[in-house]
Amino acid sequence: MPIVYTKKTEMPCGDPAVRRTNWDEVALGYSEERAIAEARRCIQCQEPLCEQGCPVNIPIRDFIRRVAQSDFEGAARIIRSKNILPAICGRVCPVEDQCEELCVVLGKQEPVAIGRLERFVADWERRAGAHEAAKPPKRGAKKVAVIGSGPAGLTVASDLAQLGYSVTIFEALHAIGGVLRYGIPEFRLPKAIVDEDMERLKGRGVEFQANVVVGKTITIDQLMDEMGYEAVFVGTGAGSPKFMGVPGENHKGIYSANEFLTRVNLMRANAFPDYDTPVRRPKRAVIIGAGDTAMDAVRTAIRLGADEAHIVYRRSEQQMTARAEDYSRAKEEGAIFDWLTLPTRFTGDDQGWVTTMECLRMELGEPDDSGRRRPVPISGSEFTMDIDLAVIALGTNPNPLIPQTTRGLEINDHGCVVADSETGRTSREGVFAGGDIVTGAATVILAMGAGRVAATAIHEYLERKAADRKRTPSGDKRRRHRKTAG
Amino acid sequence: MARIIEKRHLTPVTKLFVVEAPLVARNAAPGQFVIVRVSESGERVPISITDFSRQAGTITIVVQVVGKTSGMICAMEEGDEILDFAGPLGRPAPLPEKGHVVLVGGGFGAGAIYPLARELQQRGVRVSAIVGARNKELLILRELLESASDDYHICTDDGSIGHKGFVTERLQDLLSANAGFTHCFAIGPMPMMRALAEATKPSGLTTFVSLDPIMVDGTGMCGSCRVTVDGELKFACVDGPFFDAHKVNFDEAVVRSKMYVDEERLASELATAAR
Ligand SMILES: Cc1cc2nc3c(=O)[nH]c(=O)nc-3n(C[C@H](O)[C@H](O)[C@H](O)COP(=O)(O)OP(=O)(O)OC[C@H]3O[C@@H](n4cnc5c(N)ncnc54)[C@H](O)[C@@H]3O)c2cc1C
Ligand code: SF4
Ligand code: FES
Repeated sequence: MPIVYTKKTEMPCGDPAVRRTNWDEVALGYSEERAIAEARRCIQCQEPLCEQGCPVNIPIRDFIRRVAQSDFEGAARIIRSKNILPAICGRVCPVEDQCEELCVVLGKQEPVAIGRLERFVADWERRAGAHEAAKPPKRGAKKVAVIGSGPAGLTVASDLAQLGYSVTIFEALHAIGGVLRYGIPEFRLPKAIVDEDMERLKGRGVEFQANVVVGKTITIDQLMDEMGYEAVFVGTGAGSPKFMGVPGENHKGIYSANEFLTRVNLMRANAFPDYDTPVRRPKRAVIIGAGDTAMDAVRTAIRLGADEAHIVYRRSEQQMTARAEDYSRAKEEGAIFDWLTLPTRFTGDDQGWVTTMECLRMELGEPDDSGRRRPVPISGSEFTMDIDLAVIALGTNPNPLIPQTTRGLEINDHGCVVADSETGRTSREGVFAGGDIVTGAATVILAMGAGRVAATAIHEYLERKAADRKRTPSGDKRRRHRKTAG
Repeated sequence: MARIIEKRHLTPVTKLFVVEAPLVARNAAPGQFVIVRVSESGERVPISITDFSRQAGTITIVVQVVGKTSGMICAMEEGDEILDFAGPLGRPAPLPEKGHVVLVGGGFGAGAIYPLARELQQRGVRVSAIVGARNKELLILRELLESASDDYHICTDDGSIGHKGFVTERLQDLLSANAGFTHCFAIGPMPMMRALAEATKPSGLTTFVSLDPIMVDGTGMCGSCRVTVDGELKFACVDGPFFDAHKVNFDEAVVRSKMYVDEERLASELATAAR
């Protein structure tokens, strides 16, 4: 009888007592031995179900086989063929809802740790410097503009550059990477890894133009009509933060999660005064919400020196949306969880600093639209918390800048750009979209998947356009006046 | 990167820079701003556009030393490159097509109202300008603004030039004299704009102020710049910077603008010590 390992091979992590005081990466990754042991748990299915769960179709079974055979370079090549950002995805993908959820061994035992293996391979490749410097393809005559440098935009740009298009990414901020750069903290995704991947994309012939706010600096209409871009991809994310709308929410010391995390991740406020951007150093912090972003914020507050850092959530533990892994990491680091708690008001001192949060206790009632039991206030349950920092992590809306400034771009009731999920095509000819701007806040890998789909569709669109043009010299003009996209 | 092609010393603490930024100039409109970052460890700060030329592809900014970052900008010279220069941001000022507009500028705002004046003049709208400075030495861009306005009023705290007193007092005088203003636009320090809002409220003169709350991205992504206008939450970087002065919650705006005074002081002190 071969030994059956029913659990995932463990991945070492930093000691919670130490790591809560620094910004180093928490999860330390597999050693070669551990990776091989884990890879051997894979039974090499004839029809690997796991692969159906991967939005970018990584040949998971095959790369795991290479790992089991100690052929890490081979494994890396397989992953790279489908995923341009494996070191990032191996860290942040919600694998438990994707590939690992479909892994056949699940049920009898824990699934194969596909995410950890992906990360191992990508890190091995980085350390070994094995990734051959891709020869930049020649930048062709056809120009494509990609708006936003998050995972969606990066994927489209990389794919199209490989196909020989002249691709330029326009990014509003001074740094490339979208949420990977400004949202996800260093201790979960070291920025050195993001930097390396961005350099690699430059090596692939993608041109970056930072500090260009499309819709302001330049509009999509101008890109297409005046600057010769034949197709545009909109990957601007779901960047506009929601607030609660309760009294006192604008006191000093109250941030959106986006602001709080951007100050620290993008602007390095944790290193103030070596870096010029400040952030409030809390003693008693509350984070409102219980998704991924809230977990990142609470762990950031702890690292900024909070003696107490609470997650305050109006629903229950079972209903939170954060990944189990991030939840347990936050707990290990000392985050305190106040479930079924609804903030109703903030008050402050004479300087305008927030000092108190008034709350109500909740209980679960009937299911609501989302199918989750609706939290309802318990009357007379009012209580207050003394705080000096509050972070609102209740999600984001799409940024309206592009829809507001682009002719004929259809949006839905939530402000998301309407795009075909098979092609990324929008209501405007030549304009494609994908990622959070289309789906609302989702995941890195879904954004990348949308980017891949759009790249294929853009290529087809431009090929067809070129063919049409050959057939009828004026065809191009006529097409442009057609109402629906081509 | 944006290269500085001209630097002018307007006062000992106020410098004007003409910056090569064709992409920013291309769509720039009166009342918009840029976000600037000057070093890898630097912060992102909003700065009003004081002039722009689409032909030349340039943006002019006026910077007054108030802290570390403004000090770093003012220390830059012709030929230097500004690391990050993003814009034009915010909505253009909602200028009227006709009428008689009084523009009020205090401090750097005495320059920043210039593109409004120029645009209004082109539209054939009558322009009165009131500018304020502490004293004669600190008054900036007089000729420029004078050339773009039908009448031009100077106010100084010490009376070293023009009227002695605040811009609001001068405005009040003109209002009492039935100057016939249809709109007022103001750019300057928060206390000035607040006083101005109070001054024009009784007469109901339509008044817009350019708010400059603390910003990070300037693209509507963070909410650092949030202000309450008419009871509603607005992001100054994308919904503003101009808002109806009579509806702005100034109490809140003033408090929020002082969020990092201690850190700003520390950063300035360290920067001065290092020099
Ligand atoms: C704190 C946090 C933690 C998260 N953790 C995870 C995780 O662990 N795993 C996971 O899978 N997902 C996670 N997500 C979600 C994930 O990051 C997003 O779903 C993903 O980044 C979306 O990619 P995108 O390319 O659509 O947009 P984004 O990453 O949002 O990038 C959009 C980019 O476009 C730029 N932009 C916006 N408007 C303009 C404009 N007008 N002109 C030019 N540029 C513009 C923005 O500055 C930004 O750089 C997290 C999100 C947050 C906020
Ligand atoms: S489903 Fe699980 S066991 Fe099967 S190939 Fe994929 S990872 Fe291996
Ligand atoms: S500065 Fe971030 S939203 Fe306005």
